[in-house]
Amino acid sequence: MRANYHVELTSGVFLLLGIAAMLWLATEATDYGMQVGDDTYQVSAHFSNVADLKNRSPVKIGGVTVGLVDKISLDPITFDAVVEMSIDQRFADIPSDTSASILTSGVLGDRYIGLEPGGALDALTDGDQILITQSAVVLESLISKFLFNSDQKDDE
Amino acid sequence: MTKDRSKRRKLLAPIAETGHCGVFLVRMLGSIRLERELLISTLQQTYLIGARSLVIILISGFFVGMVLSLQAINALQQFGASDQVSLLVGKSLFRELGPVLTALLFAGRAGTSVAAEIGLMKATSQIEAMQLMAIDPVRRIALPRFLAGVISLPLLTAMFNAFAIMGAVVFSIGVMGLDPGIFWGKLQSGIYFSEDFVGGVWKSMVFGGIISLIAVFFGYYAKPTGEGVGTATTRTVVLSSVLVLIFDFIMTSFLL
Repeated sequence: MRANYHVELTSGVFLLLGIAAMLWLATEATDYGMQVGDDTYQVSAHFSNVADLKNRSPVKIGGVTVGLVDKISLDPITFDAVVEMSIDQRFADIPSDTSASILTSGVLGDRYIGLEPGGALDALTDGDQILITQSAVVLESLISKFLFNSDQKDDE
Repeated sequence: MTKDRSKRRKLLAPIAETGHCGVFLVRMLGSIRLERELLISTLQQTYLIGARSLVIILISGFFVGMVLSLQAINALQQFGASDQVSLLVGKSLFRELGPVLTALLFAGRAGTSVAAEIGLMKATSQIEAMQLMAIDPVRRIALPRFLAGVISLPLLTAMFNAFAIMGAVVFSIGVMGLDPGIFWGKLQSGIYFSEDFVGGVWKSMVFGGIISLIAVFFGYYAKPTGEGVGTATTRTVVLSSVLVLIFDFIMTSFLL
């Protein structure tokens, strides 16, 4: 009986340790705690180019993450990229004339959406669209523009 | 004519054995009854094959984490991106290395002991004795070990990953002087719970099932001699290691 008790105790400790390791990994080493909670509202924005913005890219105001990109799709008529994002309900007072731009963290870092709050009194609500947007700067087109321009100057 | 037939039998033997293994699995799962007996013996087996594999798993995990971050820092430093270390270490651990390495260690540590134990029971006619007493040996012997394997491996994988991340912390923060804030921040922003973490858990459950099924099956159908038990043990390690790697590829390409 005593040996049996020891076995059961050890396997109980093992099971608990395993579950504890799982919980620790999930909360400390993944984005589990970072997920914007269930309490969010949806906002969309049209961009002519989203570059390599991805689902789950952060939405930031002043560098602080307030939401995540939910879905990126293409408007079949205007051929604009439509980005839907969910923003935490804690930030429910974002002015309706806020502008959205696609920025890069660092020179080669990940893309994120930066929101620049405007001055309107009414706030963005669920399902609203951000009207003032600025597309991503694509490095290749910037370089080719630069080369093209300098070529023209040489010609003149 | 008979020679021809025996040749064909030899060729088809692996397929027949796969089928045999599948039948065994169905028979094993079919004998599940929710009762106290099963719970207790599964718990006992969890101790024998799970808890007692803990030390080797934890030590290996720690050093795998250290070596991964050592490699990653050396490679990333050339691009001035050594702050991405935790992301690289974490992604490769959660998705591939954690489940696969733990499964290989588990096959060597627990798979062999299960196969040898059941094989020896067979060699000493214990299984026949059970059958004579109208006790289903599949249900009493095979099933608890199988279930314990499926339960233990994900937990062992989680502990392996946890210790590997600690190893990476010790090396990259303690030795190389990386900023802990950047380390944890990159980890938390770059590793997705729903894909990387859950995918890894699924993988290790499948691996646990594969390894313990093979161990139990080979042990149960081992030739009742000393040599037969040895062969069963060897085949368990070889086949389960290969199958883990094959299924890893299949699951990575379909699941993740």
